[in-house]
Amino acid sequence: MQDRLRISCSRENLQQVRDFVRGFLVSAQRSDMVVNQVVLAVDEVVANFIIHANGEDASQFLDLLLVLADQHLDIEIEDHGSTLFLPAGKVANPDLRAYIQQGRKGGMGMALVSRIMDQVEFFERNSHTVCHLTKILK
Amino acid sequence: MGPIMKVTAQPADTTLTLVLDGELDASSAVVLDTELNKPELLKYKKVLIDCQRLSYISSAGLGVFISHLQRLQDSNVKLVFFNMQEKVFNVFEILGLDSLMTIVPTEQEALAA
Repeated sequence: MQDRLRISCSRENLQQVRDFVRGFLVSAQRSDMVVNQVVLAVDEVVANFIIHANGEDASQFLDLLLVLADQHLDIEIEDHGSTLFLPAGKVANPDLRAYIQQGRKGGMGMALVSRIMDQVEFFERNSHTVCHLTKILK
Repeated sequence: MGPIMKVTAQPADTTLTLVLDGELDASSAVVLDTELNKPELLKYKKVLIDCQRLSYISSAGLGVFISHLQRLQDSNVKLVFFNMQEKVFNVFEILGLDSLMTIVPTEQEALAA
């Protein structure tokens, strides 16, 4: 099964993205915990694309594609903005004690994505940034 | 689209309870940040976060708590979470934040923490 969604680059659309991923995985009868984890991973990547890659420019848009074959979940998020945004797929463990001391707000999103998904990859396709996430749903 | 997070403050003597209702993400985290930024928060001994109706948290939501924790600790205000749904607790666990923050099952335990 597969499904697609296109959203403009506004953080108000994060709710729509989560509802889309939830609806897809719930219809595939996945557990509440697994659904929430995958929803979180997609939300984090999409928020990064909206805020950091596109500066919340609502004239830009993202395409999401979800594909589930047996237990193999593939998620592709394509940024149609003009700026390439290629963070490392796997990130170092954040030093949370230091974050607390510094009163730091950001820097945990991609760590969450790395720990939830089996594979995290950013690459360039047709001058656009694409993020590919995979997970075997047990 | 309206706000997806509602924060209700319930003051009582030396304790302030913030009741969270909704989803805490990069869009709604500012609502909570505004509440935790209020100077009067520092007059309480304890700030309890009632998470019963908190159905989702992303790193933006976690970041709001992390960014205020040291300031609260420096003012001897204890931050305690209670009534947290399992899937929300799991997000704290994935990062190891459950060992750095005080999270208890019930309001009674939060008051006693």
